[in-house]
Formats: sequence, structure tokens, C-alpha cells
Amino acid sequence: MTPRSLLLRMELRSNPETLCAVRGAVGQLTERLGFTEAECRAVVLGVDEALTNIIRHAYAGHPDKPIEILFRRIQASLCGKKGEALEIVLEDSGKNVDRAKLCGRALEDVKPGGLGLHFIRESVDGLEFRRRNGKNQLRLVKFLHLPEPRTGS
Amino acid sequence: MQISARHLDKITIFDISGDIDLSSSPELRKPLLRELREVRTPRVVLNLKAVRYIDSSGVASLVEGLKAARDVGARFIMFGLNTTVREVLQLSKLVRIFEICDSEEQAVAP
Repeated sequence: MTPRSLLLRMELRSNPETLCAVRGAVGQLTERLGFTEAECRAVVLGVDEALTNIIRHAYAGHPDKPIEILFRRIQASLCGKKGEALEIVLEDSGKNVDRAKLCGRALEDVKPGGLGLHFIRESVDGLEFRRRNGKNQLRLVKFLHLPEPRTGS
Repeated sequence: MQISARHLDKITIFDISGDIDLSSSPELRKPLLRELREVRTPRVVLNLKAVRYIDSSGVASLVEGLKAARDVGARFIMFGLNTTVREVLQLSKLVRIFEICDSEEQAVAP
């Protein structure tokens, strides 16, 4: 069994005005975990965009629907890479997300909108969506780049 | 997010501060589109020096502004991008389509 350590659990409503507070908390958490400044910015962006997608698409802009976010430190294994990572699971009770829309769009098209999923993908090392018990779960994984342990005498 | 406008001959400069996200991007979009589509200002400049954060909603508002500017033949210029804003624009692969200057002097130069 993979050891998981819960770092933070957030319960919030689908109000866009809460995004700023979540960004602040995620920024501080990632900084404390030892991510570089660029990695901290990336995780903040990924979580912010995931929440934005939930508010806009799963809840169609309704500001009072529940969202839960769990942050755990885990041992992850993704695409042949293993190591300590931050796992972020966002859960909502909104409508089932059309998986075809999770593909995003071609960035060559100069038009507003459709960038959120691209930003999430670029911000983390792993992304997984699933529908379970009437809820949407988005799991994001970002490897921690901790210093290599010293070897030798 | 806060936004205020300065007028300099035929140029309007919007000084923007704070975070541009899902919550605040409509407050950016409305005055930008009004300035371009209704007032028909030939050059609109965005001072982003005090913008701490921008997300895809904010980038979408900038793209809408750019498109409105192209429609009316106006120039749409940004300056003062910090690392966070620049990274997000680069991530969107849209950084090349915007006219970005290093300073206000460059942005308002004839």
C-alpha cells in the first residue's frame, strides 16, 4: 500500500471570490514542501485552473456548490518515474464532465477560452479524471524535486 | 483587481493591479472592449506592472481585447509583465501575438 500523508483538506463553495484564498494557501504549502519558486507558481496555476473549470463547467457558475480539495504527500509512480510527490484531489458534485472536452484545443487557434486544461496539464506531472459515486474527481500529481541523498563517506 | 484609465492624446493607458482571475476578469474585459469598440481609441496600452497573477480567464480577456483592437484597426500594447504573467502567456503560446513593450515610454512612443 502506498503511504499517504494528509497535508491539508479544504472545503469551499464554488464562488470565484474564494480562488484568491486558495491560491494563497497552495502557494504557502508548496513553498513549505520545498518546491522551487517556478514549481510553486505552476502548482498554484494548476489548482486555480482546475477550480475555475469546476465552477464554470461542473457547476455552470452557481456560486454555492461544494468543492473539496485534499493535499497529500505520497510516493508516486508515473511513466517510469518514482518518488515523493504532492497529490491534489479536487472533488465536486457537479454534472458529469464530457471526457471529449478534456482534450482541450489546438493552441494555434487565437481565440479566447479553452486554455484552462492546457494550463493544468503543463503545470503538473500527472493528471487523472474519474467519476465516482456521482462525483467528479480530478487528481493532480507533482513530483517533489528534493536533493539527492549523499552517498559515500 | 483594480483598474484605472489615463488618457494621453489619442492613447488610453489602463493601470491594472492585483489578480486577474475568473472573479475579476469581467472587470478588465468590459472597459477594454468599451474603449476599443465604442470610444474607438486608436491605441490602448495596458500597464501590468502591478498585476500579481493572471489565469486563463484573464488571458481570454486579453485575447478578446486584441481581437477587438484588430477589428477596429487599433493598437493593443502591454508593458510591465512580471515573471508570473509572462510565464502564463508563454504557456498559452499566445505571447507572440501580443505587442509587448519593456516600458511605458516605448508603449506610447510615436
